[in-house]
Amino acid sequence: MTDFTIIGKPTAMVDAAGKTTGAGKYADDLSLPGMLVGRILHSPFPHARIKRIDTSRAEKLDGVVAVVTGKDAPNPYGILPVGHDEHALATDKVRYVGDNVACVAAVDESTADKALELIDVEYEVLPAYFDPEDSMKAETELIHDNKPHNLEKDYHHVFGDPEKAFAEAAHVAEARFIANEVTHAAMEPHCTLASFEIDSLTGKPGRLTVWSSTQVPYYLQHKLSLVLEMQMSQIRVIKPLVGGGFGGKSEVIPLEIIAAVAARAARAPVKITYTREEVFWAHRGRPRTIIDLKTGVDKDGHITAVKARVVQDGGAYCSYGVVTILYSGALLGALYDIPNIQYDGYRVLTNKPVCGAMRGHGTVNVRFAFESQLDELALKLKMDSAEIRRRNLLKPPCITINGLRVQSYGLPECIDKVVERSGWKNRIGKLPKGRGLGIACSHYVSGAANSIIRSDMPHSTVNIKIDRDGGVVVYTGASDIGQGSDTMVAQIAAETLGCSMARVKVVAADTDLTPIDIGSYSSRVTFMNGNATLRAAQDVKKQIATAAARKMACAPEDLVFREDKVSKNHVGAGGLPALAEQGSPSPHQQSSVSGRVEGQILRGSLQQKRKDEGPKDQLTFEEAVVAAIDFHGALSGTGSYAPPAEARGGKHKGAGVGPSPAYSYSAQVAEVSVDEETGEVTVHKVWASHDCGRALNPVSVEGQIIGSVWMGMGQALTEEMVWKDGMLMNPGLLEYRSPSSVESPEIEAIIVESVDPEGPFGAKECSEGSLAATIPAIANAVYDAVGVRLHESPFTPERVLAALRAKKNAKTLNLTEGVDPTSPVRFREHGGSLWFRGKGPERHAQDPSRRESVVKAGGDD
Amino acid sequence: MKKELIELRVNGRSHELAIQPSQLLLDVLRQDLQMTGSKRGCDDSSCGACTVLVDGTPMLSCTMLAASCEGQEITTVEGVSEHGSLAAIQKAYGDWGGSQCGYCTPGFMMTVKHLLAQNPNPSEEEIRSGLSSNLCRCTGYSQMYQAIKAAIEAEQKAVPTTR
Repeated sequence: MTDFTIIGKPTAMVDAAGKTTGAGKYADDLSLPGMLVGRILHSPFPHARIKRIDTSRAEKLDGVVAVVTGKDAPNPYGILPVGHDEHALATDKVRYVGDNVACVAAVDESTADKALELIDVEYEVLPAYFDPEDSMKAETELIHDNKPHNLEKDYHHVFGDPEKAFAEAAHVAEARFIANEVTHAAMEPHCTLASFEIDSLTGKPGRLTVWSSTQVPYYLQHKLSLVLEMQMSQIRVIKPLVGGGFGGKSEVIPLEIIAAVAARAARAPVKITYTREEVFWAHRGRPRTIIDLKTGVDKDGHITAVKARVVQDGGAYCSYGVVTILYSGALLGALYDIPNIQYDGYRVLTNKPVCGAMRGHGTVNVRFAFESQLDELALKLKMDSAEIRRRNLLKPPCITINGLRVQSYGLPECIDKVVERSGWKNRIGKLPKGRGLGIACSHYVSGAANSIIRSDMPHSTVNIKIDRDGGVVVYTGASDIGQGSDTMVAQIAAETLGCSMARVKVVAADTDLTPIDIGSYSSRVTFMNGNATLRAAQDVKKQIATAAARKMACAPEDLVFREDKVSKNHVGAGGLPALAEQGSPSPHQQSSVSGRVEGQILRGSLQQKRKDEGPKDQLTFEEAVVAAIDFHGALSGTGSYAPPAEARGGKHKGAGVGPSPAYSYSAQVAEVSVDEETGEVTVHKVWASHDCGRALNPVSVEGQIIGSVWMGMGQALTEEMVWKDGMLMNPGLLEYRSPSSVESPEIEAIIVESVDPEGPFGAKECSEGSLAATIPAIANAVYDAVGVRLHESPFTPERVLAALRAKKNAKTLNLTEGVDPTSPVRFREHGGSLWFRGKGPERHAQDPSRRESVVKAGGDD
Repeated sequence: MKKELIELRVNGRSHELAIQPSQLLLDVLRQDLQMTGSKRGCDDSSCGACTVLVDGTPMLSCTMLAASCEGQEITTVEGVSEHGSLAAIQKAYGDWGGSQCGYCTPGFMMTVKHLLAQNPNPSEEEIRSGLSSNLCRCTGYSQMYQAIKAAIEAEQKAVPTTR
């Protein structure tokens, strides 16, 4: 059936009006009577032992209700079961500038801020590690005592025989690529409001309610229970509107636990909202990644082998790190047909804010390297860049050499579409100097086939309740973070039940009301929660059909649910009131004539009406629902989704990450110009085709594709976290340069629908997969424009100019020299020889906080 | 700090408020008047999520003292809808995907309202530069341009903006 009434139609988000009128409530918009403000004291040192904390002066300040420290919440936690290495507030050590030390709950923000200054902390400063390759050499003063060489995790995979394949390859390319650190910078700073209620039976503080800006309310409930030593059933997590996540809210962020700990100590509701600088410290973004990549091709352009050594600068705690480093290797597969793969991945701890999951989790930086190198090989073969990609397509259904099952595969069409729309054939290599085109592809999972919590629990569950009013309430654990999952759920429920969207109310992401869903991450919600919704709707539909069939004297299978009516098959065929043609007026028309309001049919009159009329060919949705409730009693349906066993991957160590029930595909062409005088790269247009299975809501799908491409462009050109001795130099939205509207090019989103056999109505992922292709598409376009291959992102004017000058064998310019006396000597300082020597972050000579008098301006060189 | 009595006119209504002279307009709107539509997204007036109109001019309410707005007409996102229904621009932002997570949307509403008041028929170039005071992290701005064009068309033809 492809004749849908709701699926595939552009649909405004169900919560759009709340967003455009300001009526919608985000966590920071909420307040409770007697609510206190919480503020957090952060570490000024990247690595130090806490010798003593004295909060007594702060506690005495008028207006301060409670001060909490690590001893108030000593249990460790972490998003991964293997990575319980975080404390809400530091217990013994701080491990990055911005690590959490104490929290004050006070009557207002200014009082809380004053109290923070009155907390005395004595630190013993330790040597710190900022560069992953240096950090891996460390023997002493480790960041975590149980992680030798500061190595969080390393994996070594060999599939096939890469060495033999390289030896036999016609061409081999080898290079080091570096992708610098980026962060989500969602517009809403994280916020949590926590409140305990007094238990009527015990008279003591009992149940905890937490409203939080989270992508994962059920994980939050679980971690709160671990740290607070409370039963999960005593904790209710409610996700209000969330102002963007991109992965930055996909795990438990310290403030979420700190707020609850402070509320417990203060015996009053506590709200904590991060400042933007704190958001940057909370981070969990995409790690700086060093990729040593080697690729071989035969003379026809078929990839024979890939070898990748990947080092990720993970920051001070594990977070999702083990998963990130596995994704980087696993998703070398499932895009192209690669017979031999060697992967060595190292997730390294450093004394910087924690890296975690960010849009395109783990795949983006490696994809930049891979697609760049593929273009180099095409050049060696004198082959068109689009052609070499076509020559390496998979032949699905198949299972890749690293155990990933691929079924629907729209990549060929994606490539065809962008080649056609961009005029690739006529324009590639023919644009004037300084202007160029580049192509690249990418893919992503539609949710992980193995959940991080390693249980047999379904990944998504949904309940549907339908009542006599004809209203459909969907209770879903899916967390809408702005991507539109509530709308997706409403669409699927309405399409399946054949009712209008207006009947459907979605209650989402409230652990007391909604059944469990593991959260909004790894692009799993449409596929998994969509399937659970579909099954719940089918469940309840079956019950309605049984009762309606009795009324209509036919078999349940002969009923068609469509446009708020339940009709016998032959009647509904072709869509609309065939009844009128047969001469007998439909019940719906009768009810309109009598002026009765839909949804207010009373039982008595309905029964009378049935007696009058005998069996019918068509019932309204309400009539069918009433019949079902009369017949069955309470009307509800449930659905759940667990990925099939065939999709769960191989058996090797680390095989759990990478497998997905379905993969999305993307191909992109970017058109750029490069100013050879300034090194500035301008993106003029990006054509982005994305295979999302079936597009359930084309407006949202286009929005997600454009948003991904745009975010990829930010990482390609301007976005970068700049560090100096573990201090973030650009913790603000002006300095962390996410593109504004004038810097944002036209992005033409092209939807390719491969219709997945297992997706809900054939749908797959659409929110992340496109991001990864943008960076290499731009890099390849820069090569086409000016003939330089960029190996480090973002492609800032400085780096582009350096590459252009290197090509001409000209002297390297130091652009930051003498520009700003306070800037570091080496502006993008990731450590290298710089070791922290226990004086505190080095500041400029004229900095008033500086006590020593004689140090040369500019630092160490 | 001692509080002072001020009178603020917001969305056509007068409010008498006792506030500290140091209080920012955004905090007074959000905390004293419970108008939480205007958002705080940054520390340094860089994001535009708190944009309100002061006598018709878009201003960042996070860096203005509330007391300095006495006697001026403040319009917030709560004052954009018309007669209890969505204004054309609000409807269009919903229909065309101009708003995803929605956190920046109130600020954009005010900026667009001002843009269209100044220039009822802006070119795409003018829209781009008009919106550059506000940051969005979801949409890449593209669908906003479509929404704005649809809203202008709807205003001109007085027809619904559905696609």
